[in-house]
Amino acid sequence: MKLKSITLTGIFSFIPFSAFAEEIPSINTGNTAWIIVATALVMMMTPAGLALFYGGMSRYKNLLNTFAMTFIAYCLASVVWVMWGYTLSFGTDINGVIGGLEKLFLSGVGVNSISGTIPELVFLMFQMTFACITVALAIGSVVDRMKFSSWIVFTVLWLTVVYAPICHWAWGGGWMFKMGALDFAGGNVVHINAGVAGLVLCLVLGKRHGFGKEAMFPSSVTLTALGAALLWFGWFGFNAGSALAADGIAASAFMVTNTSAAMAALGWMAAEWIRSGKPTVLGIASGAVAGLVSITPAAGFVNLPGSLVIGLVAGVLGYFSVGVLKHKIGYDDSLDAFGVHGVCGIWGAIATGIFACPDITSTASGLVYGNPKQVVIQLISVLGTAAYSAVGTLVVIFITKLVTNGIRVEKEAEILGLDNAVHGERAFEID
Amino acid sequence: MKKIEAIIKPFKLDEVKEALNAIGIQGMTICEVKGFGRQKGHKEIYRGAEYVVDFIPKIRIDIVVDDNLVDTIIKTIVESACTGNIGDGKIFVYPVEEAVRIRTGERGKEAV
Repeated sequence: MKLKSITLTGIFSFIPFSAFAEEIPSINTGNTAWIIVATALVMMMTPAGLALFYGGMSRYKNLLNTFAMTFIAYCLASVVWVMWGYTLSFGTDINGVIGGLEKLFLSGVGVNSISGTIPELVFLMFQMTFACITVALAIGSVVDRMKFSSWIVFTVLWLTVVYAPICHWAWGGGWMFKMGALDFAGGNVVHINAGVAGLVLCLVLGKRHGFGKEAMFPSSVTLTALGAALLWFGWFGFNAGSALAADGIAASAFMVTNTSAAMAALGWMAAEWIRSGKPTVLGIASGAVAGLVSITPAAGFVNLPGSLVIGLVAGVLGYFSVGVLKHKIGYDDSLDAFGVHGVCGIWGAIATGIFACPDITSTASGLVYGNPKQVVIQLISVLGTAAYSAVGTLVVIFITKLVTNGIRVEKEAEILGLDNAVHGERAFEID
Repeated sequence: MKKIEAIIKPFKLDEVKEALNAIGIQGMTICEVKGFGRQKGHKEIYRGAEYVVDFIPKIRIDIVVDDNLVDTIIKTIVESACTGNIGDGKIFVYPVEEAVRIRTGERGKEAV
């Protein structure tokens, strides 16, 4: 009995020790483990989830090219990030505009560096996966007709000139953060940013040959649906991981993410069924993604009722943006990077200002909870992001055009198909 | 010798093949084709983009036989491939100038 109580006292006396070691920052192993896993989840979203989602919607002759652009975007962003992307985004703030270069090539970031309650290396890896997927999202607007070399140059420049500043503004201590704009996991930084960039890209590139006249069948709705499911899975890392902790807010983000995705899939399906007579699998998959996009800025700030509304509106809005509006206006955003990510990202950002509930994150409160000013702040951040992304993307396109002598493939290559013309490969061995 | 070219609905292929085997026809060549006559295509919608698929998949069966078998074969194919609905297909008959069995070099009627 006495031995047992001595042993138990001995064990229990070590536990409060860490609580009193406040002067020395230390890592929380639970948080660290979760964010490592979340990073892996978000990583998978790019070369697997997004590649399949977009690849399945591309025409068969360009399936591999779509995959290639997505895969290589991940690789390029991985390298750019650890060289200069991280420091520009999260370095010491310079006038609210950009981060300093003190961590160029991860200088000073070592095995024992800590960010919050996790190793800094884990933090920057997690952030890296966001940069990777953001640039890859813009591929949706340009499939079937962009030069591979141009895409590579564009990716490197765009991450530096457009992504890093906007990331800094929202998350690195820049002006949007200081203003109180709420962006939990990247409504502005990722979706509006990529959506607008895609729109600008597709307007500069021009429409695909035969657009509006020829049938352009998706190569495989099956692959797209699989991609959407993988994106949904990975998005738990995207949103719940953005809590940067394994805690109640992560749990809340986890729940609202799934709810919004599900509601949006149902909403898109319903809107399509009523309007066109058939519920398509492409619509259900697209709806899920629209819901995930919309909940992204709101994930750690809204509760269940908020997420139900956000999801439902996202699904219906996404359907009309893509199925009606795009055809009326007539621009060739091939796979709806703007239609889904841009439009639903904007809805999500504004909805965050409406539905943010202080019961979740005490410092975040929206219109419904007596803080209408948040909607205005959100609008300003949306406009700022969109405007800068548009201008920055244009500049990057201009430079890319010079460096690679034009960004669009030759007409013969476009007709032949880029899998053959660019890569000399076929996606599947079928007759 | 005549070549009988029959364009039929794909799901009827097994039935036609069995019926032809039953009357002693042991060989044929098939290919997958697309086409339309009076049978209209169908609509597919992908994110609001509507496409009319005009060309409907069909199977084309080619059989080369001696002249005296042509009528029996036509009758057999019509009976086994017919559903009574638009799109059942058509049969065409062509004269064949020469036929050769590659393995043995036989020519003419012995080759079919």
